Amino acid sequence: MTTTLEFPGTRVTPDEPLEIAGRTFRSRLFVGTGKYGTNREMVNTIRASGAEVVTVAVRRIDLDSSHEESILHYLDPGEFFLLPNTAGCYTAEEAVRYARLGREAGLKDWVKLEVIGDQDTLLPDNAQLLEATEQLVSDGFVVLPYTNDDLVTALRLEKLGAAAVMPLASPIGSGLGLLNPVSIRIMKQRLSVPVIVDAGVGTASDACVTMEQGVDGILMNTALAEAGQPEQMGHAMRLAVEAGRTAYLAGRMQKREWAAPSSPTEGRLD
Amino acid sequence: MNDDTSADSPAEAARRTARGGIEIRVNGKPRTVPGGQTLSELLDALELDRRAVVVELNRQIIRRNELDEIALEGGDVIELVHFVGGG
Repeated sequence: MTTTLEFPGTRVTPDEPLEIAGRTFRSRLFVGTGKYGTNREMVNTIRASGAEVVTVAVRRIDLDSSHEESILHYLDPGEFFLLPNTAGCYTAEEAVRYARLGREAGLKDWVKLEVIGDQDTLLPDNAQLLEATEQLVSDGFVVLPYTNDDLVTALRLEKLGAAAVMPLASPIGSGLGLLNPVSIRIMKQRLSVPVIVDAGVGTASDACVTMEQGVDGILMNTALAEAGQPEQMGHAMRLAVEAGRTAYLAGRMQKREWAAPSSPTEGRLD
Repeated sequence: MNDDTSADSPAEAARRTARGGIEIRVNGKPRTVPGGQTLSELLDALELDRRAVVVELNRQIIRRNELDEIALEGGDVIELVHFVGGG
């Protein structure tokens, strides 16, 4: 399913599908699966959002709570593209370990690579992130590293073989929206691999503004899971991502400091 | 099944070991299992579906088709993981 309707007789044309590492995706919206009240709500929200790429985390099975269900009971790998993350890892070594466990669990060699450097901001540790990217790429992984909005780090990640880069809009779970649109635009202009903004959007307008910068996609979790009505917000985010993307493709008007009348100044009555 | 080690006194654990049990760690907790128990048997004892579990033994990932063949040894460290919700 393409994200844009084609209206007969108009010049509204469908967007090209997002492509990463040779695989195309039906939606530019990626979603996480954490923090939902119930698994049912999580799946319904993802469906309402239209997302295909869905992130999951790797954790110990709780052996004390008998028959704890794997999230795979709720997410059909035929319906969604499951992308394991390395959330909560603080060193390259740890992240590589989690990525390998995720590959074994999901039987796919894609990973959303997170190497965190600070507990309060959950900002990435760039040195460890670069090291983990290098190791995982040489191990055959398709690596999508979560990074800050620093161009030089992003260029290094690309050079090391990252299949996309995932700069933050603002810190994970903050809902502060896109704090630095200029950095994100510069990054998009300089990188050849897709730029997927990851983390920080709070509501639909944040997603729309982010997509208007020309980035290839956006990943969110908390904005959906902590919404008053997650399923409703899923639908809103779907529309916002499509609207922002379409507006970017259309090309916005130039900003000007003074008013310019929309109606003719000629032909007014005496 | 000798799997109620959490309440064992050291003396009891020693007696258990003496009659063939071995001490391992599973997901960060000590556990006594019969000597020679395979990883498959451990998963069965824990009532885990092997299709939904990834097994790491002493930091090495064990493929599903190898679970029947690997017997546990004293001091083994096992991690049993799966996918949970995350962003």
